Amino acid sequence: MNGWRTDGGGRIDRSRPLRFTFDGRAFTGIEGDTLASALLANGVHLLGRSFKYHRPRGLLGAGSEEPNALVRVVRDRSRATPNLRATQVELYDGLVAESQNRWPSLGFDVSAVNDLLSPLFPAGFYYKTFMWPPRAWHAFYEPIIRAAAGLGRAPEGPDPDRYAQRFAHCDVLIVGAGAAGLAAAHAAAATGARVMLCDEQPEFGGALLSEPSARIGGAPAASWVAATRAALAARPNVTLLPRTTAFGYFPHNLIGLSERLTDHLATPAAGGPRERLWQVRAREVVLATGAIERPLVFPGNDRPGVMLASAARTYLNRYGVRVGSRVVVVAGSDAGYAAALDLQAAGVEIAALADVRSAAGDAAAAAAHEAKIPVSLRATVLGTAGRLRVSSVQLGEVTAAGEVQGAATVKCDAVLMSGGYTPTVHLFSQSRGSLAWNAERNVFVPDKPAERTHAAGACRGIDALGAALADGAAAGTAAAAAAGFQGSTPRFEASALEFGSAGEPGALAQPGPTPPAKAFVDFQNDVTTNDLALAAREGFRSIEHIKRYTTTGMATDQGKTSGMNALGVVAEGFERPIPEVGLTTFRMPFTPVTFGLFAGYARGDLFDPVRTTPTHDWARGHGAVFEDVGLWKRARYFPKTGEDMHAAVARECRAVRTSCGLFDASTLGKIEVVGPDAVTFMNRLYVNNWSTLAVGRSRYGILLRDDGFVYDDGVVARLADDRFHVTTTTGGAARVLGMMEDYLQTEWPDLNVWLTSTTEQWAVIAVQGPRAREVITPLVSGIDLSATALPHMGVAWGRIGDAPLLLFRVSFTGELGFELNVPADYGRAVWEAVYSAGRARDITPYGTEAMHVLRAEKGYIIVGQETDGTATPDDVGLSWAIGKTKPDFVGKRSLERPAMKAAGRKQLVGLLTADPDVVLDEGAQLVESAGQKVPMRMIGHVTSAYASTAMGRSIALAMLAGGRARIGETLYVPMPGGDIAVKVTAPVFYDPEGGRLNG
Amino acid sequence: MASAVIRQAPAVETTPWLRLLPPATRFSFRGPAAAQAAAGTAFGLALPTAPCRAAMQTGRAALWLGPDEQLLMAPADDFAPLKGALETALKGLPHSLVDVSHRQGGLELRGPNAAWLLAAGCPLDLDASSFPVGMCTRTVFAKADIVLWRTAAESFHVEVWRSFTAYLVGMLQVVARELPK
Repeated sequence: MNGWRTDGGGRIDRSRPLRFTFDGRAFTGIEGDTLASALLANGVHLLGRSFKYHRPRGLLGAGSEEPNALVRVVRDRSRATPNLRATQVELYDGLVAESQNRWPSLGFDVSAVNDLLSPLFPAGFYYKTFMWPPRAWHAFYEPIIRAAAGLGRAPEGPDPDRYAQRFAHCDVLIVGAGAAGLAAAHAAAATGARVMLCDEQPEFGGALLSEPSARIGGAPAASWVAATRAALAARPNVTLLPRTTAFGYFPHNLIGLSERLTDHLATPAAGGPRERLWQVRAREVVLATGAIERPLVFPGNDRPGVMLASAARTYLNRYGVRVGSRVVVVAGSDAGYAAALDLQAAGVEIAALADVRSAAGDAAAAAAHEAKIPVSLRATVLGTAGRLRVSSVQLGEVTAAGEVQGAATVKCDAVLMSGGYTPTVHLFSQSRGSLAWNAERNVFVPDKPAERTHAAGACRGIDALGAALADGAAAGTAAAAAAGFQGSTPRFEASALEFGSAGEPGALAQPGPTPPAKAFVDFQNDVTTNDLALAAREGFRSIEHIKRYTTTGMATDQGKTSGMNALGVVAEGFERPIPEVGLTTFRMPFTPVTFGLFAGYARGDLFDPVRTTPTHDWARGHGAVFEDVGLWKRARYFPKTGEDMHAAVARECRAVRTSCGLFDASTLGKIEVVGPDAVTFMNRLYVNNWSTLAVGRSRYGILLRDDGFVYDDGVVARLADDRFHVTTTTGGAARVLGMMEDYLQTEWPDLNVWLTSTTEQWAVIAVQGPRAREVITPLVSGIDLSATALPHMGVAWGRIGDAPLLLFRVSFTGELGFELNVPADYGRAVWEAVYSAGRARDITPYGTEAMHVLRAEKGYIIVGQETDGTATPDDVGLSWAIGKTKPDFVGKRSLERPAMKAAGRKQLVGLLTADPDVVLDEGAQLVESAGQKVPMRMIGHVTSAYASTAMGRSIALAMLAGGRARIGETLYVPMPGGDIAVKVTAPVFYDPEGGRLNG
Repeated sequence: MASAVIRQAPAVETTPWLRLLPPATRFSFRGPAAAQAAAGTAFGLALPTAPCRAAMQTGRAALWLGPDEQLLMAPADDFAPLKGALETALKGLPHSLVDVSHRQGGLELRGPNAAWLLAAGCPLDLDASSFPVGMCTRTVFAKADIVLWRTAAESFHVEVWRSFTAYLVGMLQVVARELPK
């Protein structure tokens, strides 16, 4: 054991040593250590390099406020977490940690030259330096900035860990399990309210864990913490969440919690989640988030070994580690005296206690006097020395006249700063609660909550132990009562060695207007007093602007240690009081949160629902290749052995044209429109005239948006006078139903009609081809399938085997076709029955690719392929569908606008390439003449293009300006390989008379 | 081929806490008070008027899903007679009765962890004080729409559209891995 670890005390288990490495060097720590305390116990103070200037940095704090000691903890190449605060990394046996932002090593970092070049990098330097010449941005500045930007290195492999998520509801959520939070939980839980208590640390107790002198109820505080925790854990109405950070306060008391489950374990159990996101909806929230000690701002205050006095106390009292052997305490608050006394009692020499005030509190002064600690008042710090760790501090003295004189250089190996405590109001601020200035303590404290929020204890400036316990208990009782649970407020007897914790934000006095060396305000973002002064000189007045210009208080640190000092410096520069300068808004998260936490279960197979139809397993068994259509998996084609997609699609198309094809159309959206006003509703919504549609017949319907452009299409059947079966495109099902409900509820609430999605009620099996009737006739009962009894677009009810059958005689192929709608549980069996019955006629299952080719041969559009949200029915050759006598329908008035009828609108046409083997690219542009130079005048574009087996050549559909008048013309498709000549044709290539439909 | 066509619902692996409920007759019933009263008489069970409450009796259940919307459930074999009875009783009354028997399936989630499992994906408060036995509502589980109905203190009936069944069950199984063994 070396001299830094104490022989006893602290909340560590000295019988359980733990091995770990830092930058490849092997060390030993102790169960209960953090990485930070274990390194300090080994005498290691240099933990990182600063972001901008690459200055050597050590530990400033001991908890989540730590701005400097950001490390990478590596388990394997996929489990390597950057930017962890060493103060929050719980040590486990075998832990591997690395420092960041240095090359080639932490001790010698090439980029530390930035520190010498720092006159080139003033505040806002990136706004200034990189402005000219404009061309240099892409070539020079941006690549360099990108290389230097960011901190830490992401893991190399995909994240193998699991992340859990959970919603929770409670009456009272308490954030922070220090004295006030535990008292609040105790009080609230006793009322029977549902209570949740979370704390970012592995152990409950907060600051009590670092206060061995504290006693509550006559027992050491640690015993009270343990007993209170045990009592809470035993209650069924209480949920305790250690290692859980409340990272965000969202509207309506929704709090985001990040629970860390396995990062502290040497060997996490396989398969368990690493972290869990809690989305907690709390009736009342108690914030007992404590307070953070402020550093003092003086030249060289960032040197390793210079740290917060509270951190030194925590390392000593909680982890049994002395942060130095000869220490200088710089006190801007009585709290620094407590650290000096504790360290001295642990055998550390207090070389000096430099109090920057003119007087200390009576109790602190008396205690220091009794302990014979050398105290100097009206002190200041002019600088520090030491390359990778502080070796001396240069003290100064402020005379009664306000002049600064040099005083003494004091050798030391640690400097403790005590600038007073800043209440942690991050969550309160996130919730948009307003803050009030407490002039007595020079801090902002929660004022008017915007949510149902109660603040308690040190986070509202009440940090004496007895008062904090009483405040927490009162808040717990009040929160429970506000949630409807009455109870009495418990009382606690408490005592502790306590001095005042107030201080004054801002920088220590210096001889000149600017300090001789950098005096850091924001350690994480490398912002100095000079940067803030520069921003003020350059005319920035709003603190929000100064924040963004200098980057103080930004990023993951969120100004935990820097916010108030920045305000103090700016206020002094403006010669205005701090409350007039104001405070910036704190942003979430309080500390960084992993991406995995937000992804949660949504990964791999569960990233999104995968919707499959009743025939999916059959299709998979028959070798189908699937494509994603929205969330659906649809069979794209069914390749036989040795076939590529082209060959399979050609075979499938040929089967439909010559014999019979089998197609799963189940994914088409289906909406049942029912009620006495169903026909009125349909007439107002769709362009077609539904009054003339007889029961037992169907019609191709077109739905426009109110701007007159095609929104969706589909076959609509009239099943009864008051019942329509509407089909939509696969992708349009949800939005069409949404649009229908929107019109029904907001425009026509008087109509007696109701909408029900039946998409998944029906399996839809399309049997298409000249032999389709032969195939299904033996299977179907109760329907006369003859062309006269069930003509094209006829609809009839019957049975197929045991299953009810709603049979449509429709075709999206141009062939004789039927669509068998059966209740979905029967879908697979009916499909197989039809397939068996059709084997003798070479029935061929076909996929969406063949379906696309077959419909293109017939010039049938697909909404979203031929149309792009700017096509009218007439543009795509569908004006025949519009009910001309109807007084109105959605989009009708828009169709009357002159632009919608203008000559030269793009119209649907067919294209035939001069070379029949050339298949055009969809999306390719059309131009009038060959050999044009860019920019060309584009007069249309290809929307669909396929190799057509039926036509024995390629075909294409296109939207062409004034297209119908240009049929017969030759145009050109300019491509990288040269212009392709095309002839404009009518859009129907195959069976233009439509005779095959009526087979 | 008269009897070759058999029903086949989406497959669900049964666990101690999850099972697929047998096929059922389901109607989405929409209509104002007069139609609801008539439907209740024909259904043999007064349709609930309290929001988000279910009525249940001898294998039949009516779930209040909206002021004019009820989900009626009955054994699968009751389909034809029930449809006939409802249509007769509702003649002349504005309403909509749509067969959704196959659109969705029923899952039963039971045991002391049922609510805990659901809370991984359902944002509602499932504590008995907020979601008592007999409560039903349309809600979500992660990215799937569901109808959730508490049938007993430790038992939930979940209705889910058939193509979302695999996703819902897959999610629940992943969540269940977090349960203590």
